[in-house]
Amino acid sequence: MDEIRILSPTGVMGSGFVETSFERALAHSPHFIGCDAGSTDPGPGHLGAGHAAFPRPAVKRDLRLMLIGARRLGIPLLIGSAGTAGADAHLEWTFGILREIAREESLSFRLALIHAEQDKAYLKRRLGEGRVKPLHPAPQFDERTIERAERIVGMMGAEPFLRALEAGADVVLAGRSSDTAIFAGLPMQRGFAPGLAWHAAKILECGAAAVVNRKTPDCMMAFIRDDHFIVQAPDPELRCTPQSIAAHSLYENADPFLIKECSGTIDLTASRYEAVDEHAVRVSGSRFIPADIYTVKLEGAEKVGYQSVFIGSIRDPFIIRQIDDWVTRLEGRIHARIAQVYGAALKTSDYHLHFRIYGKNGTMGPLEPVKEIRSHELCLIIEVTAPAQETASAIAGIIRHQGLHLPIPEWSGLITALACPYNPAHLDRGAVYRFCVNHVVEPDDPYEMFPMQLCSVAGDTVRECSP
Amino acid sequence: MSKLAELARLIRSKNAGPFELTFDIMFDDAAVYRRVRDSGALTREAVAARYGLPPAEVKFFYCDNALAVKASIPRPLPQGDLRDGDGHGGQQYAPLMDIEIP
Repeated sequence: MDEIRILSPTGVMGSGFVETSFERALAHSPHFIGCDAGSTDPGPGHLGAGHAAFPRPAVKRDLRLMLIGARRLGIPLLIGSAGTAGADAHLEWTFGILREIAREESLSFRLALIHAEQDKAYLKRRLGEGRVKPLHPAPQFDERTIERAERIVGMMGAEPFLRALEAGADVVLAGRSSDTAIFAGLPMQRGFAPGLAWHAAKILECGAAAVVNRKTPDCMMAFIRDDHFIVQAPDPELRCTPQSIAAHSLYENADPFLIKECSGTIDLTASRYEAVDEHAVRVSGSRFIPADIYTVKLEGAEKVGYQSVFIGSIRDPFIIRQIDDWVTRLEGRIHARIAQVYGAALKTSDYHLHFRIYGKNGTMGPLEPVKEIRSHELCLIIEVTAPAQETASAIAGIIRHQGLHLPIPEWSGLITALACPYNPAHLDRGAVYRFCVNHVVEPDDPYEMFPMQLCSVAGDTVRECSP
Repeated sequence: MSKLAELARLIRSKNAGPFELTFDIMFDDAAVYRRVRDSGALTREAVAARYGLPPAEVKFFYCDNALAVKASIPRPLPQGDLRDGDGHGGQQYAPLMDIEIP
């Protein structure tokens, strides 16, 4: 085989792509279609709550086109990080959509489901063996962290995808995966250089994000050959330049030259980028340095509590010029009123208050270099996080009333200091989560953390088969 | 002297995972990129000073083939943590915009 052609329809399943671009890409006879369906970028809430970031109908639209396209050509469809966070709830959610499409379109295929949610007993065992190592910066991670976590997933490498294909899967639906692992495995298995396979994968996983003139999320293709690969978007209006492709390795990476994977490091220090024409770029010289020890990155989310958010604004220049002092006094009054209402039933350490002052430093907090307020109005967002939603809601009510009438020395008589755009004046946010781990596990092999289920899907019937 | 924002095609910030923040300063023109790179004004130390960090905490790169300068720092708070105000890390680059380039 002297060329492998790879199609990435979009950067994230559910964000969309142009159907004519997809059809053009299929006309190039790709050897497989890969798509990343997740990220930590939307925040810890999706992993914590087990919800997807993209709407179900949007994911279904993208998945339907990909599945029909892949079955028409008889090529594998590989999906990683199902349902945004790639835990079991997300995998199940995406599997439900896939089954619905198979039924509606009368499609038959062999499906591999690869789980990425981690068993807590397994993690404790590896932790006890000293085989869980921190990345930098990392939060404290111990047995209690594992117990507190709502969900912890491992980020799989290329190997579990290849095992699924070797077991005969036409469609691989995987939990949390390294974005690049979705695309890099098959080219390496077919004998292409790992450096080229991983680098092409790094560009493909974002769909057409690496083009110069991005219009909407769209398809991207890579053609990997003996000593180079070509990247090109199927939409003839989209252009790739050596600079745009080189610059793509910067995006959302801490290091633009060395990118860590389970099985090693992608090394782009010697990569060369040359224009083929005004649409396509030839890349060569990329390397892959195999790791001595195989590592799997963990992602976990734990529940912090339940939150309510009060929103109000201030236009009075007397209050604005003393805002820090005013907020300090307000905070004192809120704590005092909570103590009066709850007594010993709710200690100060049981809840968390946070004030965001937009117009001052709401966006950057303590990192804000501009110290003086230059705005004629401020927006105040006051959050309370408590062990129960009922408590958070009640405290938000206290925040509103204490804030509304907090006096200033410049005025005598009852003032109303906050403008409230909403009634009720606060919003209940439900459970909120935080990321609680930035560590890697050293497993015995690339598969032990990622069990696979094989099924045969035929229209509306799904039968589990043994691998 | 010019301000960095007047010379760059794009200055942006973004999460690099939940625990790191990364800055990309990108140029259209190779000569302008070289002027900034060789000016001695946009350095690891300059970025560290703008974000109140010791220089050793800043990863810093000149990316010649991308015509870009890149820096990464530990996030002041993990993404989405209780006091975090920028979940995607997308609005943290403003302090870089007025760095003076000779």
